[in-house]
Amino acid sequence: MDIFIDQFFNIEIMRKSFPLLLSGLWMTLKLCSAVILLGLIGGLFVALGNMSERRWLRWISIAYTDLFRALPPLVLLIFIYAGLPFAGINISPFAAVVIAFLLNNSSYYAEVYRAGLISVAKGQWEAAQSTGLTPAQTLIHVVLPQAVRNVLPDLLSNTVEVVKLTSLASVISLSELLYNAGMARSVTYNASPLVLAALFYLVLLWPLVRLVSHFQRRLAA
Amino acid sequence: MANRPMLEVVALEKRFGPNTILKKIDLKVAESELVFVIGPSGSGKSTMLRCCNRLEEPTSGDILVNGRNIMAGTRRDLDRMRLQIGMVFQGFHLYPHMSVLKNVTLAQRKALKRSKAEADARAMNMLEQVGMAHKADAYPGELSGGQQQRVAIARSLALDPKVMLFDEPTSALDPELVGSVLKVMKDLKSKGMTMVVVSHEMAFARETADRVVFMDGGVVVEEGTPDEIFGAPKAERTRAFLSRVSG
Repeated sequence: MDIFIDQFFNIEIMRKSFPLLLSGLWMTLKLCSAVILLGLIGGLFVALGNMSERRWLRWISIAYTDLFRALPPLVLLIFIYAGLPFAGINISPFAAVVIAFLLNNSSYYAEVYRAGLISVAKGQWEAAQSTGLTPAQTLIHVVLPQAVRNVLPDLLSNTVEVVKLTSLASVISLSELLYNAGMARSVTYNASPLVLAALFYLVLLWPLVRLVSHFQRRLAA
Repeated sequence: MANRPMLEVVALEKRFGPNTILKKIDLKVAESELVFVIGPSGSGKSTMLRCCNRLEEPTSGDILVNGRNIMAGTRRDLDRMRLQIGMVFQGFHLYPHMSVLKNVTLAQRKALKRSKAEADARAMNMLEQVGMAHKADAYPGELSGGQQQRVAIARSLALDPKVMLFDEPTSALDPELVGSVLKVMKDLKSKGMTMVVVSHEMAFARETADRVVFMDGGVVVEEGTPDEIFGAPKAERTRAFLSRVSG
């Protein structure tokens, strides 16, 4: 039992590795903000392309969502970070992670948006446009608010997945939360920093997961 | 001036694949005139109405509103022309995530670029007119169908349209709520609004319409005053339809 506590819940080691993990958390948060924000915007455009009346636009957006949902994000990441330099394209670790996960993540957001947009009755478009609103105004003020509300749990779920996904960035030595915890582990020869990192993720994500359940129940009611 | 056409439908044709829904329809609606369009379901009357603001895209033909062809021009021109053509739907289509007041101010603010104060004042004025001012802060989900439809009418009226199109405005309502909507339409008529109404409310047509148009199979079969159409229909198809709906 002492070994268990000493190896996983060593307060002294946790205290010492805390600053390193905090800086890792900061990097994770920066990654998340970039990927989530760009993903929410990009995903919307991909979804709109998917519903366009122009066939070529539909095809491009369908190909995009199919490709990047099927490709494992880790494969994408390593290809962008370690593969592209062979073609003379060098990308910083941070940018590589953002690009790789954005491609993946915006495809999933796009599918969620699409479900939301379809769920809004056609009459809403017609009513808004019959009052002289442009298609963009109709989308922004009338359709999108209803669409987002209808798929809020799914948008949030997807966001939780993105936060977890960023831990893969440790593979290319980006000093985010998991990578720094691994560093602390190998320096102290003790697993407590990993436990501490897990606690960080838990504190970050548990409220979000709760929120998803809350919205799901509210929508079901 | 009384005979100046406010809405003119010229050789309007609409095809869906191999089916021709509208076959070269012509219709003139004078300023302040109330034209009632009747006919069996599938006759094309709703499609004709929806072509009048291009919610349905005509295959060919022209639609003139106040002398201007809405088939010509850019998308922007169309958005602007639609401000002059109010439309009321069978299903109301209020925006469920906005209060009644916001429903009525949205297009005023975004399409007409009115100030908030001006749009609010105008909205309250219109809601007063349809007897819904006391529900300005309510949400559509809290209203009865008849109340929602009156708000929808106010939403259109707030944009100062030249013509109002009504697409079966009372068909989705419980019978006891129909009267409140018809009363609002009658008020509008007395204020000189130009109106085209697709509806099955024959008693209302008899009482308020200036002219009744009977459509069947994508053509205008017969038109005339309510007395002519309901009292002495000439065409066999009109007689058959009227005996079906009254019997």
